Amino acid sequence: MKFAVIVFPGSNCDIDMFHAIQDELGEEVEYVPHTADSLKGFDGILLPGGFSFGDYLRTGAIARFSKIMPEVVKASAAGVPILGVCNGFQILLEAGLLPGAMRKNRDLAFICKQTQLKVENNTTMFTTSYKKGETITLPIAHGEGNYYCDEETLSHLKENNQITFTYHMDNPNGSLENIAGIVNENGNVLGMMPHPERAVDCLLGSEDGLKLFQSIVRNWRESYVVNA
Amino acid sequence: MYKVKVFITLRENVLDPQGTAVESALHSMAFESVRDVRIGKYMELTIDKTNQNIDDAIKEMCERLLANTVIEDYRYEIEEVVAL
Repeated sequence: MKFAVIVFPGSNCDIDMFHAIQDELGEEVEYVPHTADSLKGFDGILLPGGFSFGDYLRTGAIARFSKIMPEVVKASAAGVPILGVCNGFQILLEAGLLPGAMRKNRDLAFICKQTQLKVENNTTMFTTSYKKGETITLPIAHGEGNYYCDEETLSHLKENNQITFTYHMDNPNGSLENIAGIVNENGNVLGMMPHPERAVDCLLGSEDGLKLFQSIVRNWRESYVVNA
Repeated sequence: MYKVKVFITLRENVLDPQGTAVESALHSMAFESVRDVRIGKYMELTIDKTNQNIDDAIKEMCERLLANTVIEDYRYEIEEVVAL
């Protein structure tokens, strides 16, 4: 499986993402600049964390008009797995590939720490290697992770089982319903504030993130083999 | 030419943690009468006159980029000025 890591000006988790895929997962991966106009040949797309375009205006607001983004939108419609982490999640929200928006953290502070998450839905292509309800440890590092959507959208998210990860026990940023990660209706786009790519080796304090990437590869292979 | 002023604020039902922090600072300055603080953004745009309807253009700019209508409201003022 071949992954693309999209690099925006101000991305700073692109190297971690690359390392997770190449060295820990053992799959192919390439950096793709935000100015590229094609994602041909990639089986999975990763939008890394960071501060794209300096977080000017709103987090992700400028990045979503990058030249590469129409290709990401196309890939999303074609069912390609797309993972946005942290700033990547914020970009997916601004691009309208996921519903809702981010507010500043409830207590205004930038929070950088390990968090406990609950796997709410282990039937998505990103989470099948986890058990339902499993508690995992992933780090967060953000100033704007306070997820918000209106009531109608929230009930829609619940009905479709789109809430994938929630903060367990302690909600660090005030996000609605403790939401830490959601998928789109089709289940091929996941946005999450916690960083699975920073938790792929026990040396890093946790390797709970690795299963997320393993899930993508396993599910992609299964559908690929079935369709072939 | 137009001078356009755009005002963006968080929607009424969206909690404004910055506003809340500023409000409590004002209270500690003994301005206890302050009831609510909402922090927003103010932008000034200078726009050349074209065939496009200026109102439609500003609306599109606000809806697609300048504001995130999931959490923000916007309003604007358009002033026609003579180019120097």
